[in-house]
Amino acid sequence: MVSNLAHDKARAIAEAVPDPELPVLTLGDLGIIRDVAASGTGVEVTITPTYSGCPAMNTMGMDISLALAEAGFGPVRIKTTLSPAWTTDWISAEGRAKLQAFGIAPPGPRGNDAPVACPLCGSTNTGEISHFGSTACKALWRCLACREPFDHFKCH
Amino acid sequence: MPATSIALATDPLLRFILRRADDALVLGHRLSEWCGHAPMLEEDMALANIALDLLGQARALYAYAGVVEGAGHDEDAYAYLRDPADYLNLLLVEQPNGDFARTIVRVWLYSAFMDLWWQRMTASKDAQLAAIAARAVKEVAYHLRHAAAWVVRLGDGTPESHQRAQAGLALLWPYAGEMLTSEPDEAALIAAGVACDPETLRAPWLGRVKAVAAEAGISLPTTPFSQQGGRRGHHGEAMGHLLAELQYMQRTYPAAQW
Ligand SMILES: [Zn+2]
Repeated sequence: MVSNLAHDKARAIAEAVPDPELPVLTLGDLGIIRDVAASGTGVEVTITPTYSGCPAMNTMGMDISLALAEAGFGPVRIKTTLSPAWTTDWISAEGRAKLQAFGIAPPGPRGNDAPVACPLCGSTNTGEISHFGSTACKALWRCLACREPFDHFKCH
Repeated sequence: MPATSIALATDPLLRFILRRADDALVLGHRLSEWCGHAPMLEEDMALANIALDLLGQARALYAYAGVVEGAGHDEDAYAYLRDPADYLNLLLVEQPNGDFARTIVRVWLYSAFMDLWWQRMTASKDAQLAAIAARAVKEVAYHLRHAAAWVVRLGDGTPESHQRAQAGLALLWPYAGEMLTSEPDEAALIAAGVACDPETLRAPWLGRVKAVAAEAGISLPTTPFSQQGGRRGHHGEAMGHLLAELQYMQRTYPAAQW
């Protein structure tokens, strides 16, 4: 018999794991953790992959397994589910605030062409330099007010 | 001892999945050849990002092919342990990159089609294919937007860039028709709503391509779609060279792991 407490604890540990490429975000902030099920035979964590080609997905699974093992949970099984597809709408409000504070313009709501505000000075006088940035999730933008380049977490 | 190749079952669903997985893997491999060689840093990152998306799509499809076949083959077995004649990709995607303009024109022609194709596949009666499509459709929209913008910039650019875009299109055009054709063993899958009939995408694809070509000031060739056969494993010389590089490590050191 596994208590609800163990479930909650396992879930909290999995959600607190930092994103390997954007360590200001936790996996909980990113919204990829669908389910955490602790039972007498171990823990099963279900995650939704972000981008098809995101090379961080394997690392995320490993980091979750390690964090749970360190807290005494095990064995850990990582299950991925494709449907429904992950969307940036699942990034938490706290996650968006962290991105902003880190200098990355957070994604706007899907299907809404809201202007992208510069994370440094707040101006919306901005423009895209390249659709493709340093990772699959980011595009390269620049601010025409303060002249600084910045990353924008793409709406997906 | 070199690793032995795997033999494939002839199940139509398996072949349907492998055809699209092979397209994505082979084009992804071609685009990854640009890594460190693109004309500018932003474009280096863009081509590598597109290659990664395609590799990810191929992996999801190969993983599902393994489930469908039920012969214990994983993603790596499909990618590394098949001979050229067992690869079922379009001839379009295996052609050498050529220059940057030709590379971009290929991504444009392919993505303009795949954007339509994945949209339709989100309604596939096969739940796993629909789930893979739901993610891929968002990615290919980006690839198409990026490639089409470049086609316009090149076609409407300098005489040199215009000539290169036009030459790339002339070279690739005869291969483009294979995307729009279904294979006889796909008829039942199409009837069952599992597969999308590419013939029905011919007109919308042509419409999109025409619109971008007009904006770019390049003309669509009038040559017929004469080159086909990849879907049945009939490949050109370039495919053998591509696989020799792609498979080298696993063939030389079977089951090697990082
Ligand atoms: Zn600014």
